Amino acid sequence: MIWQLDLIVLFLIVAIAIAAITVRDLLSAIMLLCAYSFLMAVVWVQMHSVDVAFTEAAVGAGATTAFLIAALSRTARWEKK
Amino acid sequence: MNTENSATGEGKGGDVIVETVSRLMVPFIQLFALYVIIHGAGGPGGGFQGGVIFAASFILLVIAFGIVDAGDRFPEAVNTNLFSVGVYIFAGVGLLCVILSFGAAQYLNYGFIPLTTHFEENRALGMDLVEIGIGITVMAVITSIFFNLVWKRESEEEVGEKEEQE
Repeated sequence: MIWQLDLIVLFLIVAIAIAAITVRDLLSAIMLLCAYSFLMAVVWVQMHSVDVAFTEAAVGAGATTAFLIAALSRTARWEKK
Repeated sequence: MNTENSATGEGKGGDVIVETVSRLMVPFIQLFALYVIIHGAGGPGGGFQGGVIFAASFILLVIAFGIVDAGDRFPEAVNTNLFSVGVYIFAGVGLLCVILSFGAAQYLNYGFIPLTTHFEENRALGMDLVEIGIGITVMAVITSIFFNLVWKRESEEEVGEKEEQE
């Protein structure tokens, strides 16, 4: 395990998670959650847990993003103040 | 189909690049999903992940061709039947093991199904059968969730338009 790469990816995950809950554009929040899931899949692969990474990439980055966008299309895009 | 989309005010569909790329990609995505389902017994992957990837190919079709065209190809009744078929395959293989293990009540101990002469090969084939059942159920459920999320919006819009006209 390369600890420098691990540190960078984990720092990015924390930054994306904070950005996802602070951004007011909900479409941006969904896309940030997609990036969060994808980076989590990278972390799972680096921890030699390929099965969990597979599920994370398929469900978290694929299906959940499509569901959230479909749900967002029924509501307003911008969060109220 | 393009006229229907423009009539409902949808911006989706009608794009040559999106339609061509998705038409080329969908068979390969589905082949990869089948590979993941079958390969799940001996490596990463399995019924759940393969089913999700298979459903993702249908979601890609909906995104590219619009809900009206794709909805005709996957009717709700077929999806509802597929939920049950997957669960019945899973439970049926398990109950077959209980019956064929002669009172030992080995639920989902696949080795007792007499598909071949070897116990280990029976176990591998039974595992694949169960994975196929899981894959069918997951594929149908995720496709149905996405279709319901997208479809309801259009029916509500129609109701809203009618109320506005009245």
